[in-house]
This record gives sequence, structure tokens and C-alpha cells, in this order.
Amino acid sequence: MELILSFAIGVLTASGIWLLLRPRSFQVIIGLCLLSYAVNLFIFSMGRLTLGAPAIMPKGGFIDPTRYADPLPQALVLTAIVISFATTALFLVVMIAARGFTGTDHVDGKERELP
Amino acid sequence: MIQHLIIAPILIPFIAGALMLLYDDRQRSAKFWLSLISAGLLLLVAIRLLLEAKEAGSGGIGFYLLGNWAAPMAIVLVVDHLSAMMLVLTAIIGLASLVYSRAVWHRQGQHYFSLFQFLLMGLNGAFLTGDLFNLFVFFEVLLAASYGLLLHGSGQARVRAGMHYIAVNLAASLLFLLGVSLIYGVTGTLNMAHLANLAPMIPAVDQPLLKMGFALLGVAFLIKAGSWPLSFWLPNAYMSAAAPVGAIFAILTKVGIYAILRLSMLLFAEEGTGLTGWGAEVLILLGLASVAFALFGTLASQSLGRIAAYAVILSSGTVLAVIGFALAGGGGWMLTAALYYMIGSTLATATLFLLVEPMSRDDGGIAAMLALTAEIYGTGKDESLGAETPDGPAMPAGLTLISVCFGICAIVLAGLPPLPGFVGKLGMIQGALADAPAATFLNWSFIALLILSGLGTIIALARIGIQTFWGSDEASSSVMALEVAPALVLIALLGVMSIKSEAVLRYTGNTVEALQDRSLYAYGVFGAARTTVPMLPGTGEEQP
Repeated sequence: MELILSFAIGVLTASGIWLLLRPRSFQVIIGLCLLSYAVNLFIFSMGRLTLGAPAIMPKGGFIDPTRYADPLPQALVLTAIVISFATTALFLVVMIAARGFTGTDHVDGKERELP
Repeated sequence: MIQHLIIAPILIPFIAGALMLLYDDRQRSAKFWLSLISAGLLLLVAIRLLLEAKEAGSGGIGFYLLGNWAAPMAIVLVVDHLSAMMLVLTAIIGLASLVYSRAVWHRQGQHYFSLFQFLLMGLNGAFLTGDLFNLFVFFEVLLAASYGLLLHGSGQARVRAGMHYIAVNLAASLLFLLGVSLIYGVTGTLNMAHLANLAPMIPAVDQPLLKMGFALLGVAFLIKAGSWPLSFWLPNAYMSAAAPVGAIFAILTKVGIYAILRLSMLLFAEEGTGLTGWGAEVLILLGLASVAFALFGTLASQSLGRIAAYAVILSSGTVLAVIGFALAGGGGWMLTAALYYMIGSTLATATLFLLVEPMSRDDGGIAAMLALTAEIYGTGKDESLGAETPDGPAMPAGLTLISVCFGICAIVLAGLPPLPGFVGKLGMIQGALADAPAATFLNWSFIALLILSGLGTIIALARIGIQTFWGSDEASSSVMALEVAPALVLIALLGVMSIKSEAVLRYTGNTVEALQDRSLYAYGVFGAARTTVPMLPGTGEEQP
């Protein structure tokens, strides 16, 4: 499981960075999305990987914490998802505005002049 | 009651901003007054917190446990000398840019005042919080508001610069998250004070992971602080922002500086751990590189807005280098002077941003600017948008006053006596020379760059000043009183700062002492008193 997860994070990050460095604004936004997925998975994995372990402990009594999943990273992921979703939506609006102003989807607002 | 004052700087702008969202922009005047009241209250609260910290000497530190949870469990707000100082600075610049925007700018787009309040809320929260993830949340609050404000007024240049700004900052936020989660994965805590206690005890196997987490965080903060080579987005974004927005943006970079200062003094300043002085050289080198970059950038700039943006990088770079020297074991005096310099240079750059527009109005005039914006909005002549004249009376002898303000800003930024820029730079040079036998190549290059950057700034600003004030044949353009007044007040504050240098330096000295005595922060949080809650009848649970 560890191998699959780390592989997934790695592939997402690599594709995200590659797309982020592309000149088209749509590629940039998809790159940012992929990067944020990778980061969310990474935060999640920082609570250690467990299978079938509940995150909420029952009330009272002695509890063996190793049998439960760490709830904090899950809460952090939730916050991170909401924030990245909102900022991506905003970026999309700015992207469309830039397209309207410049008539091109190049991030610098003009096509590179070919020699 | 008084203990709840600590959360007021977050709640006041939050409530004011949310309230204003309920009304549309026809109520602009009411919104302005509400924002003004909110910013005024903020200033009062910040001054009160500052005075409390000042009276308590170097040990003045206040805690606020959110939800009344004991310390490492939940989020804690901390106000100490540094936080209180930054709060006052934010409130002053916020108030000045609000008044300025009343003249023209507040009519050029929607929800200006709400966004402004949310920006203030994010800034105050970032300065107050004692929790890493909460710091991320407040960073996002202030960034989200700053995206909106940067686009305020619209136009092609703004949208293009805004797109770059948003992309860079989104990437930085992702790095921030990676760093925070790595640190949590290694130490199991997000509370800064708890982290400061745990970090030296992390076994050597896990140390590289922890350092990687801190490095990722550091990169995110350096992007915010505008350090070379992470600052190429900054000049375009800042110079294309509307004037009052540029002024409040002058303090945005200081959030990055604040976070670096706070965390590095907490984590890497303690003697005899595996983390002592970690990253000091990197900070020094990056700081020096930023100063050099800003120096060349200033000299190459043709417009005042760009020079002001480079002045922001210059001020960040200088303070960054000094933080590095302080981490490497340099004396506290250098950092004391650097904090003093930071206050002065932030006020001066904010003033410069406020002066950009009245100074360059000759080219097209205010009517041309308004026409441009009306054209962008396009949809019909809305009388609330298309009003041709700005609010408020014109200022008699406005251009003369503007030129005086400009001259004083130039003196502060270049570091000429008798204004704060000089006092700060002198102190930093003294500090760099203090360990003269051990003074290294880095110390000397810092001193050289500091002096050279002053020279570069004065050359560039004098050139612009001559073009604008002496080169224009007729002083025809009118300047509104509302546009000059905030700049005049900020200039007056700079004057007060240099007259009261001793008191301000004593305060920043106490700040540095409090920062260096990290036990105050690191252990104080755990001793913070919880408020006793009267138990509800019927709940059998004991308050632990």
C-alpha cells in the first residue's frame, strides 16, 4: 500500500509540476489541481497509513491509540481541499478574464514571436 | 474582559467585512464609514496591546486559548512585542490606505471594502496565531483577499499580473502545506511552542525529514517575503495594483519576514542542539542577493511604481540578511536596529505607493483613468460608477506637498540623516562591525551592499523626482485632500519615529530580548491560565 500511495503522489506531483511550467493557462490550472491532489494525499499519509481503523475513539476507558487512525491529518486535508478548491475557482475566473482581455490563452498575454 | 482583547484584531475586521457583504455597492459611503470605524478600532486595540507589552518589559507576553482548551491541544493566540508591533503597523497603514481610497479608488470595483477588511483580518491573524496550520489558514485568508484587491479596478495589466501572482502564491501555499504536514508527521504537533520544545529531541534519524519540512516552509515564506530568486513576480504585481492596494501590500511581504523571524528564533536559536543556527547562511546569502537584485532593479526602473516595488524587496532583503546574522550568533543590537529599520521602511514604501498616482497623473489625468475603468465595466452608465469627479475638496498647493512627501520618502529609503532609515542602517552597520575581529566576508559585503543600495535608491528617486516636479512645465493637475492627507500623516509618523528613536529602539530591543529568551514563548503557552467556566447544572463531567 505504501508503494502504491507514494507512487501515486510522485506521479501526480511530477505531472503537476510539468503542467505548471507550460505556457498555456489551462495547463497551469490543471497542473495546480494535480499538485494539490498530491499534497492532499501527502498530508493524509502523514497520519500514518492504517487499514480499517476508525478515527474517532469511543468515550471513556483506556484506549490503545495505535488501533485508531490519526484524525488530525484528516481534518487538515479537509481544510486544504476547501481552500484549494476555492482558490482554483478564483484562478479560473482570472484565467477567463485574461483570455477575454488578451485574446490568447498564453500566460504572458501574448504569443511568443517566432523567429 | 481585557484578556479577550487579544482576539479582537481578528474579530473586528471579520464582522465588519461580513456585514458589508450583505449590502450592495450602492451603500458605498456607509461601507466606507464602517471600514473606517473598524480600522480605527483595530488601531486602538493594537495600541492597547502594544502598551501592555511595553509596560511588562521584555517579559510581556499574552496568551489566548481558543475554546478554552489547554495549550497543545487546540489553537492558541499569542501576543508579544513582535506581534503587537506588527499589529500597530498593519492598522496604521490600513487606516491610511482606506482614507486614500475614499478619494477615487473605492468606486472602481465591487466589494472593495469587504476585501480590505478580510485582508486586515488575515494579516492580524497571521501575526497573532501560535499554530502552524492556523498560520496557513490565515495566510490563505489574506492571500484570497489580496487576489481580489490586486484585481480591483480590472484592466489588462492587472489581470495579467494577477494571474502570475495567483499562480505563484498557489504553488507557495502547496509548499507550505507540504512543510506543515512533514513537520506534523515527524513531531506530531503543530503548536509552535510545543514544536520548539520537541524539535531538539527528535532522534537523529528523523532530523533530515524535519529539516526538509522546515526548508519547505522556509521556501514558502521566502516567496511571500519576496526574496531573490523567488521575487520576480513581485514588481509587476505591486506596480499594477491600485495605489491604496499597493500601500497595504507593502506589509504583505513583512508577513513572510515575520514568520521566518518567529520560527527561526523559536527553533534554531537555542544553543547546543542539532538545529542551532540552521539555515543562517542561506538566509544571509539570500538576503544579500535580494538587496543586490533590488539595487539593480531600482536603477533600471523608469517608473515610480516599479521603484516602490523594488524598495519593498530591498527592505525585505535587508531584514532577511539580519535575521540570518542573528541566527548565526550575531549580536542582538543588529536585529534591534533591523526591526526599527523595518518599521521605517515599511511606512516609507507604503507612502511611496500612495504618492505614485498623484505624481503620475499629469500624463492622462484622473478623468482618463476613470474613463478607462468605465470602458472596462462597459455595461451602461451606472451613475454610481461613472461619477466624473472624485470625492472631497482639492488640496491647495497639492503638488508642492506631494513633492515634499516624496523627498522625505526618498530620504528615509536611502537612509540619509535625520530620518528613521538612517538610524536603522547606522545601527545595523554598528552591529555588523561589533564583532569586528571576527567580522567575515559576509559582514563586509552586507555593509557594502547596505550603503550601495542607499546610493542606488537616492539616484533613482532623484531622477524620477526631477522628471516629475521640475520637468513638468505647468503644475496643472489637481490633487485631492483625501489623497495627500494619509501620506502627510505617514510622513509625520516617520518624523515622530526619528524624534522618539530612543523609545522605539528600546521597544525593538525588548522585542529582540523576548525573541532570544525563547523559554518565554516555548514554555509560557503551557502555563497560560484557562478561564474557569461555571459548570452547567446537570453535566456530570468534571472540568479536567
